[in-house]
Amino acid sequence: MTTTLDKTEGLGPAVAGAAPYITATFRIRRFNPEVAEEAAWEDFEIEIDPKERVLDALHKIKWEMDGTLTFRRSCAHGICGSDAMRINGRNRLACKTLIKDINPEKPITVEAIKGLTVLKDLVVDMEPFFQAYRDVMPFLVTTGNEPTRERLQSAEDRERFDDTTKCILCAACTSSCPVFWNDGQYFGPAAIVNAHRFIFDSRDEAGEQRLEILNDRDGVWRCRTTFNCTDACPRGIEVTKAIQEVKRALITRRF
Amino acid sequence: MSDATLSTGSTGSTGPSVENPAPLIEPPRARTGKTPKSTRTNFEMYGWLFMRLSGILLVVLVLGHLLIQLVLDGGVTKISFAFVAGRWASPFWQAWDLIMLWLAMLHGANGLRTIINDYAERDNTRFWLKMLLYTATVFTILLGTLVIFTFDPNI
Repeated sequence: MTTTLDKTEGLGPAVAGAAPYITATFRIRRFNPEVAEEAAWEDFEIEIDPKERVLDALHKIKWEMDGTLTFRRSCAHGICGSDAMRINGRNRLACKTLIKDINPEKPITVEAIKGLTVLKDLVVDMEPFFQAYRDVMPFLVTTGNEPTRERLQSAEDRERFDDTTKCILCAACTSSCPVFWNDGQYFGPAAIVNAHRFIFDSRDEAGEQRLEILNDRDGVWRCRTTFNCTDACPRGIEVTKAIQEVKRALITRRF
Repeated sequence: MSDATLSTGSTGSTGPSVENPAPLIEPPRARTGKTPKSTRTNFEMYGWLFMRLSGILLVVLVLGHLLIQLVLDGGVTKISFAFVAGRWASPFWQAWDLIMLWLAMLHGANGLRTIINDYAERDNTRFWLKMLLYTATVFTILLGTLVIFTFDPNI
């Protein structure tokens, strides 16, 4: 953000004043349990460059208009996975969504991701999500002595699970899943993606165990292949495909 | 201040109040005494596989059935007691109808079971809806099977 600002300022104040600012309305779902029990929409009209991101707009609102607006963000560059939110009815990362791409002529709705308890404004309780993640044992499990050097793996073996290593745990997929909305006991796409990452890793030896966990009532068989998760993933992971691969591994016991 | 809010917030009672602003949050994927133990069976897997395989068979069976009943030979007007009796005289059509009955009922029942599992919010509702479903399924399958096997064209 600062670099783009520096650039326009470098051109001199006159040119910077002519920057293509537009007036956009942000309709944000506000919830503060200390003030009201019900969530409500609140409109903010701001002057902003449409080439900026939704996160910049939220910053502008928080820093210049209403300091009580609450949301999570850490890196602001699409890697930490903190700022997944429902923008114009679709789960996206606020830091990867340009305002010009989501039609700023109409009010842009911003709300918390669905299916998790809203704590305040755009902040949800991520604990159910992370519990599901922990339940699939997202760590390398091996037997025998530690090798004295790194565990080598062929390029093909690495390629097998490359797609699912890209997950940043933003919960955009899990909170777009209608099965998860209705029953939070379902593991959810993100947990299955991270199980997939280890099940298909040639160095890992607990694939059977993870498959057993996902074979249960709340596991992969609850997936209805609606592809919401694939559409929602800001990293472009083919989530539904990964879930189907876990299903196939469960049936054929080959992975 | 934030520490105090946090500590009272986690012990929370029911609704929001000044001392306990946030509503009580259900523990995630909670393992309580009432949580059913992990089943360690392949039931869900076989259920899923059954849906796929029976679906393929049902496409043939049901479309064939509809074609014979509604399209060929004058359509629906030709269906009468005699028409049914004539068809069930052959073991082939008996088997066709029997397999179709069982597959369609089990396929539909399993589909409804997953829908109930997905959408029923309370355990009690879920249980009774499923009981209703199972009763209706068993009744229909048994009745249909009985009719196919004991059909007497001379009544």
